[in-house]
Amino acid sequence: MTRLDFLCLLPFLIIAGAPVIIMLVVTLSRNFKIVYGLSLVMFVAAFLSLFIIMSHAPHSLDPLLIIDSYGILFLGIIYFAAILISILSYDYLKNHTGEREEYFIILFVAVLGASVLVVAEHFISFFLGLETLSISLYLLIAYLKKRDYTIEAGVKFLVIASLATAFLLFGMGLIYAETGAMSFREFIPVTGKSAGISPLMLTGFGLILAGIGFKLAVVPFHMWTPDIYQGAPVPVTAFVATISKGAVMALALRLFFTIRGFDNNALFIILSAISILSMFTGNLLALRQTNMKRLLAYSSIAHMGYLLITLLAGTDSGIKAAIFYIVAYMITTLGAFAVISVLSGQERDADQPEDLKGLFWSNPWIASVLTLALLSLAGIPLTAGFISKFFLVLAGVKSGLWLLAFSLIINSVISLYYYLRIIKTMFTVAETKKSFPLSFSTNIVLAILAAGIFFLGILPSILTEFINKFPSFN
Amino acid sequence: MILQHLILILLAGGIIAWIAGKWSPIATRFISLITVVTDFILVLILLINQGEYGQKQWMEEFTALWIPQFGIGIHLALDGLSLLMLILTFFIGILAILVSWKEITSNTGFFHFNLLWILAGITGVFLSLDLFLFYFFWELMLVPMYFLIGIWGHENRIYASYKFFIFTQASGLLMFLAILGLYLVHGNNTGNYTFNYQQLLGTTISPAMEWLLMAGFLAAFLVKLPAVPFHNWLPDAHTEAPTAGSLILAALMLKTGAYGLIRFAVPLFPDASAAFAPVGMILGVTGILYGAKLTYAQTDLKRLVAYTSVSHMGFIILGVYAFNELAYQGVVMQMIVHAISTGALFIIAGQIYERLHTRDLNRMGGLWEQMPALGSMGLLFSMASLGLPGLGNFIAEFLTLAGTFQTSILFATLASLGLIAATVYSLRIVQKIFFGRKESEYVTNDLSVREAVVMGVMVITILFTGLYPKPVTDTVAPAISNIIGAKENQGRSEPGRQSGAVIYIETLPEKLKGLNN
Repeated sequence: MTRLDFLCLLPFLIIAGAPVIIMLVVTLSRNFKIVYGLSLVMFVAAFLSLFIIMSHAPHSLDPLLIIDSYGILFLGIIYFAAILISILSYDYLKNHTGEREEYFIILFVAVLGASVLVVAEHFISFFLGLETLSISLYLLIAYLKKRDYTIEAGVKFLVIASLATAFLLFGMGLIYAETGAMSFREFIPVTGKSAGISPLMLTGFGLILAGIGFKLAVVPFHMWTPDIYQGAPVPVTAFVATISKGAVMALALRLFFTIRGFDNNALFIILSAISILSMFTGNLLALRQTNMKRLLAYSSIAHMGYLLITLLAGTDSGIKAAIFYIVAYMITTLGAFAVISVLSGQERDADQPEDLKGLFWSNPWIASVLTLALLSLAGIPLTAGFISKFFLVLAGVKSGLWLLAFSLIINSVISLYYYLRIIKTMFTVAETKKSFPLSFSTNIVLAILAAGIFFLGILPSILTEFINKFPSFN
Repeated sequence: MILQHLILILLAGGIIAWIAGKWSPIATRFISLITVVTDFILVLILLINQGEYGQKQWMEEFTALWIPQFGIGIHLALDGLSLLMLILTFFIGILAILVSWKEITSNTGFFHFNLLWILAGITGVFLSLDLFLFYFFWELMLVPMYFLIGIWGHENRIYASYKFFIFTQASGLLMFLAILGLYLVHGNNTGNYTFNYQQLLGTTISPAMEWLLMAGFLAAFLVKLPAVPFHNWLPDAHTEAPTAGSLILAALMLKTGAYGLIRFAVPLFPDASAAFAPVGMILGVTGILYGAKLTYAQTDLKRLVAYTSVSHMGFIILGVYAFNELAYQGVVMQMIVHAISTGALFIIAGQIYERLHTRDLNRMGGLWEQMPALGSMGLLFSMASLGLPGLGNFIAEFLTLAGTFQTSILFATLASLGLIAATVYSLRIVQKIFFGRKESEYVTNDLSVREAVVMGVMVITILFTGLYPKPVTDTVAPAISNIIGAKENQGRSEPGRQSGAVIYIETLPEKLKGLNN
């Protein structure tokens, strides 16, 4: 390893070192505030270190990692989201009794796993990243062990994620048996249009697809999502919905584009089917949900279905649309979960319709943020969701994916119904007026997210120009 | 260079009104009023100075970059058609604020925010010459309208607001897909990927594709208008909305559909439109007759007025697919006078509701005795609705029918039957509400000064357009020549500022000769 290698690993070293430091601090004195402060500093430091390594990209740490601009962009997104989630977590956990300091330790490990995923270009690093992420997520999901559902959710996630890992490993094994290679780039000749693909390879990629599908929660691998979303504490749900899925999607894009999976008919058809099924299943099941967290879970299934269109588009504009979509989706989802987190009490999370009733009149600011987030999820103009859907559909129809674009349109209409229902709940008049004191930092988070949704919706050039500066992966 | 300000003033005014609503409802109302009046004055200045612009196609234009990578720009432009629509928008906007003065008592700040943002969306629709921007504004007006119906509406408001939103959003998304299709076809042909209307105008499209794309646009416009098989959302939304909401829906939002047909659907897809014309005319005639029939069957006053809109909008579809200047003059005229007459009927319905707390015709009757002023207003606008000569609707329907007659005698004849049906249902309104037996003893007062001013202004407008329509036809004539010219793909030399009706009357003898042969 050279000095440059170490320099390029700087954000990873910070994220990996943070748990150690926090553990040492905790042995001295258990103080949640100090741990929180340290975590924020570490995340911000990791975020800032990206500016240092930016000039050295692309730098390959053969054969496992490649620190390219695509990866750095995603690292930035992940760290930014992690900072916001930390702030939400602090406000969420500060009234809880019991050990809370370890929460941040596990959070760092989870972020480390996600960071490795976005720069992985080898099966080993892919697997290690994914497992680091998953194992820490079991703990995070079941963290508030005194509550109902959390243990159930944690165990469910454990079983299903292990199953997915088994699929993934088996798929990797098959591909290795066929090609003798584990690095993404070495598969290129095998899957090219002319070369055809052997059944063994196809099975291998199919199994890997299943593994990734579990993590993204696309149909038919989506069963776990609503339970996990419901059972986990809100900030953790936000983590699963944004960082975890975003990182896996980043990896899926890199893998799929490197092997040019869209050129292969079988993979193309399977993915198209998964995409369309996810859209319809997610939206139709969400229609009857009353629990806000479950509803967002189903909506996320649909959104991942939309996002798969970019994989199939197979063009540069597809990748850019995907990046924009992921950013917009993360900001929007964080906005929605931030509001639920703010409203949640010590006993349970505010995921019932009654919790939102009359919110528009009692707490217009919080309700406006949630409305904005929901409209963005529905893809209504003036929000990031609209522009991101536009880029997505445009990338799709440019590649001739009219069927997928059309089902996205139909699903946007279906989804409107349940998003509107939540908005309606917020402006029906409630008997009692509750007020929720917001800490300064939470207010800032809400303001950042609302501004993000709004400005990406009217001035998307801010982000598109930024994305254009980062060429696609090399 | 004031077009963007027209929209920005409304957006900013809306936010200020919302904030002001925290302290004082009165301040909110005045801020909103001032905002819309400012815009109204600005467009009036444009109207007065329109002579200065000579023969230019666009009187005012504004362009700016928005998302240049995708060929999306902010392109606003104003011609006679847009100008008239804007005057209408702000005029109705002022009335909407005035009629809500006493009706809306809860959350006035948010109410006026929504009102002004709807107006901003509508203004944007009437000005946009970039298809992406057009769609953006098209959708922008939906959310505040959803709130308006859903929060301040009548009993069944939630159902109505859902239905409104989902119908219009679904059809809008189909248009969006068609816009993308057009964008790609044009880009593939020329290598220039743009959403600019003027550049997209001459796109060569294969016939099958042209049909598909036009279908997308028509979906949005015919639902909004609405044409008969898609009119389902309208009675619910109109009935359940508060008075200001019904007013804006009927007077402005339906017009965006008509405007879209004239500005986008026909010029962008001339061949497919020509082939579609018979279907379009059938839709129009069906709308006129079926709408009238449904109107007659209603017992809810607001629902009844809502169905008259379906009938009147039939004339617009009919006129649009007649493809001549005369019919287009009629269509534009209809857009304006329908806004006034139906708007007035909705206001009257609102005023009656404020007094009697019912919209049921069977529980009204004999109101004239106590409210002669309101009654005479009701009579006047019912007469307008049935197309009495001397009132604006007569001119509009006459021009449309005369224009249609040149294209298709059959459809013109069928459509004129609608006038008889209109007479029947309009007279029924007057009889049921103002004459006849009293159903119960009401203690009511007649029009207040504010209400009288609102109604008075509308009366003047409808009389003015009925007796002296020339300013309207003159303003819109060049725009119509351009649109018809673009459709016929023949470079018209100097469209001139002569009214279409005058042109028609001058050439009438030859046309009659042609018919006789």
